[in-house]
Amino acid sequence: MFMFEKAITGSRRYWLWVLALMALLGLGLLGWLHQFQQGLGVTGLNRDISWGLYIAQFTFLVGVAASAVMVVLPYYLHNFKAFARITILGEFLAISAVTMCMLFVFVDMGQPTRVLNMMLHPTLNSIMFWDFVSLGGYLLLNGVIALVTLSAERKGVAPPAWIKPVILLSIPWAVSIHTVTAFLYSGLPGRSLWLTAILAPRFLASAFSAGPALLILLCLVIRKLTRFDPGKEPIQKLALIVTYAMLINVFFVAMEFFTAFYSQIPEHLEHFHYLLHGLEGSAGLVPWMWVSMTLAVVALPLLIVPRARRNEKVLALTCGIVFLSLWIDKGIILIVGGFVPSPLGAVTAYAPTLPELAITLAIWALGALMITVFYKIALSVRESLEEPGTDGSVPAGTLPSVPAVH
Amino acid sequence: MTITRQAFFRMTGLAALAQAGRRLMAAVAPRRWAMVVDAQKCLRDQGCTRCIQACHRAHNVPTLPRPNHQVAWIWKERYERAFPSQRNEYTAETFKDKPVLVLCNHCDNPPCVRVCPTRATWKREDGLVMMDWHRCIGCRYCVAACPYGSRSFNWVDPRPHLPELTADFPTRSKGVVEKCTFCEARLAQGRPPACVEACPDKALVFGNLADPDSEVRKLLRARYTIRRKPELGTQPQIFYIV
Repeated sequence: MFMFEKAITGSRRYWLWVLALMALLGLGLLGWLHQFQQGLGVTGLNRDISWGLYIAQFTFLVGVAASAVMVVLPYYLHNFKAFARITILGEFLAISAVTMCMLFVFVDMGQPTRVLNMMLHPTLNSIMFWDFVSLGGYLLLNGVIALVTLSAERKGVAPPAWIKPVILLSIPWAVSIHTVTAFLYSGLPGRSLWLTAILAPRFLASAFSAGPALLILLCLVIRKLTRFDPGKEPIQKLALIVTYAMLINVFFVAMEFFTAFYSQIPEHLEHFHYLLHGLEGSAGLVPWMWVSMTLAVVALPLLIVPRARRNEKVLALTCGIVFLSLWIDKGIILIVGGFVPSPLGAVTAYAPTLPELAITLAIWALGALMITVFYKIALSVRESLEEPGTDGSVPAGTLPSVPAVH
Repeated sequence: MTITRQAFFRMTGLAALAQAGRRLMAAVAPRRWAMVVDAQKCLRDQGCTRCIQACHRAHNVPTLPRPNHQVAWIWKERYERAFPSQRNEYTAETFKDKPVLVLCNHCDNPPCVRVCPTRATWKREDGLVMMDWHRCIGCRYCVAACPYGSRSFNWVDPRPHLPELTADFPTRSKGVVEKCTFCEARLAQGRPPACVEACPDKALVFGNLADPDSEVRKLLRARYTIRRKPELGTQPQIFYIV
């Protein structure tokens, strides 16, 4: 397999990490087999809350996947050289995130063996069909781009010219995956929390904030654990992107609050009442809502004040806060909150069960494993180029000068 | 089973003929099935569940131990929940907290059909919103799209939870969505839906909206009726006399 040999040589620490992730994967697989046998009744989902943790994770991760465009666009469209070193990291993050998305949808299916019916009976009026098309296409695009550019880099040659239009296509495609994902929700007549034109823009804003925040954290981890340094400048540029995107996201959320609370239309208002202080004694999401909002408010000054943003230690903390806040927002509140109250006004509680949590954790572990392996491969290529002789794949002395990747 | 070429052509020909006949019938005598629920009559005996029992028995609808896994094709909902926009502090005593019979509205513009990624649910020419339990992948997008809560998902295997089995109607597997089909099999035999037949007070009236002389059209002319959430543009085909 493609440069896979680089992923099977590693330190003890590397292998311990991989084994730990594999163990989580194994647990999740057991959970899924249980669910496959017994039905989705083993989850906390029910008549009123028919989508939960799985679909919420899917929604959040589509954003992480789309956010790769925040490094691809400046680098390839504006020739922003500082991102040369991290573009491949963004693309691999996208590949891992899209894979997780698809798995989260798959484990949510009541009849997983029939999932190919989506292709057997393509239905143009279904947004889910289009989401399937856009996610699949995005996975393919990023897979091809990462493979071609990285192998060119390894050989020390410029990538083939045909890859440039493919890369350019991936830019609007990234926007499309999250727009179509928002349309899954914002086009449903009876679900007032989602029935808002700002849902797609809001999804994009939170994606372009949470995704780059994660990428910054990954860059910092890489710098600590490997000999590869992504550099100060790209991290600072990413931080600026996180800042603007987070500001826009908080602004959009504020718009939602205004419309609901000023119009006072009950169907719109009730969801916010449920999230802010609970309804009919059911307040399961209330702490999550307040934690998410508080973290967002705390993150803003830390992002906006230049001194705080430029301090990488503070920035790491800020990125953690941003990521957590937005994960709660999209990965829990927005999807579950859309079902409570139900269109008939029923207030139902939902709590994920153990198998559900194990499956969810396993898919996250798989994503982490993919990122680990991909980054290991990419960084091994980089290291072998920068220090010829340390890796057998490039014989010392024959190394050509390294051109720009694009 | 072996089949001769002649038999194959005969069967194909008959099927084509039947299809052509169906289209001809639809063109000559259009049908649009609908129901009028007389909520006043239905309130006379609030403990009556005969329509529900008849429907659920006829269609092998299970009785599950956990209420939030329940599958229901037709059930009684509190007035305020069936008609949330009608709710006010002074709702007439006759209806306040009283049960109203609800079922699939067989909408003329059904959002569930619009969202289904496999066309496992579709609308027939005569207005029936149908379900193919063998094609459904269990994504529950239709459940999220239905503003009436009319769709049930099989969270567990329903078969062990059937009090009695009706042999001439299929059972479902776990992981698929189901709902009221307006008794399409009975309609094909010229019989009314099971719930309509079971109602002792004739509170449920079923008929063809396309026929101006049908009983439903007469009732709709004579009585004031409301529909559930008409503002959503789904065009529900269950009308309520309140």
